[in-house]
Amino acid sequence: MIKLIQIELYKIFRKPRTYIGFGAIAFIVIVVNLGFLFEGEQLLGFLIESLKDKFLLSGNLINAYTMAFVILNSLWIHLPILISITAGDMISGEANNGTFRLLLTRPISRSKLLAAKFISAWVYTVLLLLFMISFSLILGYLIFGVGDLIVIKSTISILSADDTLWRFGYATIYGILSMTTVTSLSFLLSSLSENSIGPIVGTFAIIVGLTIVSTLGYALIGPAIPYLFTTYLPSWDLFFTMELNTAKLTHAIYVNLAYTIAFITFTFYYFKNKDILS
Amino acid sequence: MPRKNDDKRYYLKQTKTYINLKKEVFLEFDHVSKQYNDFLAVDDLSFKVYEGDIFGFLGPNGAGKSTSIRMTLSLIKPTSGKITLLGKNIVNEREETLAQLGALIEKPDFYPYLTAQKNLEILGKISQVQKLSVKIDEVLDLVGLTSRRNSKVKTFSQGMKQRLGIAQTLLHDPKLIILDEPANGLDPQGQVDMRELIVRINKERSITVIISSHILNEVEQICNRMVIINKGKSMVEGSVSELLTGSRMKVSYVTDDNKRTLDLLTNSEFKNNINGIEKEKLTLLIEHESIPKLNDFLSNEGVKVYSIEPIRSLEEYFITMTK
Repeated sequence: MIKLIQIELYKIFRKPRTYIGFGAIAFIVIVVNLGFLFEGEQLLGFLIESLKDKFLLSGNLINAYTMAFVILNSLWIHLPILISITAGDMISGEANNGTFRLLLTRPISRSKLLAAKFISAWVYTVLLLLFMISFSLILGYLIFGVGDLIVIKSTISILSADDTLWRFGYATIYGILSMTTVTSLSFLLSSLSENSIGPIVGTFAIIVGLTIVSTLGYALIGPAIPYLFTTYLPSWDLFFTMELNTAKLTHAIYVNLAYTIAFITFTFYYFKNKDILS
Repeated sequence: MPRKNDDKRYYLKQTKTYINLKKEVFLEFDHVSKQYNDFLAVDDLSFKVYEGDIFGFLGPNGAGKSTSIRMTLSLIKPTSGKITLLGKNIVNEREETLAQLGALIEKPDFYPYLTAQKNLEILGKISQVQKLSVKIDEVLDLVGLTSRRNSKVKTFSQGMKQRLGIAQTLLHDPKLIILDEPANGLDPQGQVDMRELIVRINKERSITVIISSHILNEVEQICNRMVIINKGKSMVEGSVSELLTGSRMKVSYVTDDNKRTLDLLTNSEFKNNINGIEKEKLTLLIEHESIPKLNDFLSNEGVKVYSIEPIRSLEEYFITMTK
């Protein structure tokens, strides 16, 4: 099994398209940091406009934590696309290239091969997420240093610098969980398709579609919204409040786990019985 | 010439005689069918491939060849019937049977961004091949690709890809290899090289080979046994040489007076064998064993026969069987 995973990872990292994700994240992180470097005061002024009358704000408010928080917010919709470029190609790419015939006529079970592919896609997802968060923090630290983080949502949380890093750690772990759900969705679509475009577009369409329906069609699907995995894609920010909402976090974790298990189970069942015609 | 379907011969020292033993059945299709919704791709197909065969698998497009091959390789599950490889059911004992099989199906597709060596390494590792680097050296040498082992596959010609395709079938020392249209896209010299390679693999490595091909000349030249399928059904199965000589064949005669010969034949028992006159040659459709009788008849009538040429080919046989 380890050998199979090594082979799959080798194939992933020998494909130029794998680096699109890392390149895109690096580009966005650099642009956002430079934007704040040159226009930071103006941008921050706009964000905390309503607070100026009630609070006296001083210190280094544009810092590594602010940068990482802003980037996490802006990239949460991009990340599923970047993940699907690789995860969506894991099965359909082999079918499209004709290499599935080579792999599936080897004396190895389909389940093992599929498991190795999923684990490899998951490793890629984890690396992408870790790269995004660590690069944001490191570049932000090099340019701005560290400081307190102001989080403005329905409540205002001002998190001191020494109370922030662990939150990024937990947000990363939660992010891995929710992006694993995205990876498993993309993987499922990949097993249904014979080309890579379908799973990439499909993953994006499902995520954006469900998000839009959740926002605009509340009257129509209101009761279902707490059970949609897309509702909890941005739930990493639950770690950035003074008091953690553990009930909501637990529910988010269960929903993500349920969808991940469902997607993977269906993929294995379907693929094990699938006629390979490509 | 097609090879004879001779059984295994063993020499007994005590009696100083040879004995023939029945060959082992390597692959058997036993009333296999495959249904896709309302389309029956393979219909109650039965045939046997014996140890040491170079077995031709023939049929027009859409006959069910690819579906049958894919079923043999567990890529597609049969709807009914049983496929066994060395007595093992390929559905129930998938991994064990695949360990005995090598296959090149349709196009020889590889990871184009990897070298030939790396492609073989990946496939060898998945197949758990022992002493993989030695094995890779051996198969690359066999197919004549040693000098290109470190080139990316995307730089390979079609012929080189085909040869690499053959190499990957041999990596795990299979007992049976299946080659689907192995000469596809090859130039005439490439086709000759491919035929020679297949015969070498069969003879030197004692590997049974199944060839699915549209190039009938290829099957005629290297296969000892064959099955022709059409619309998913088996039309005929047997030894290539026996099938070609045991049925009506087209023969052309050149005589001193073709018109008179035609008149003689029209009023004889051979009138139903007349096919016509083509390019000053009289053609007849006749059973192999009837030819001496016809020659005697013409000789007795004082006709001088200058040449008798069989123009029956596997191609005609194929067309007749699949009409």
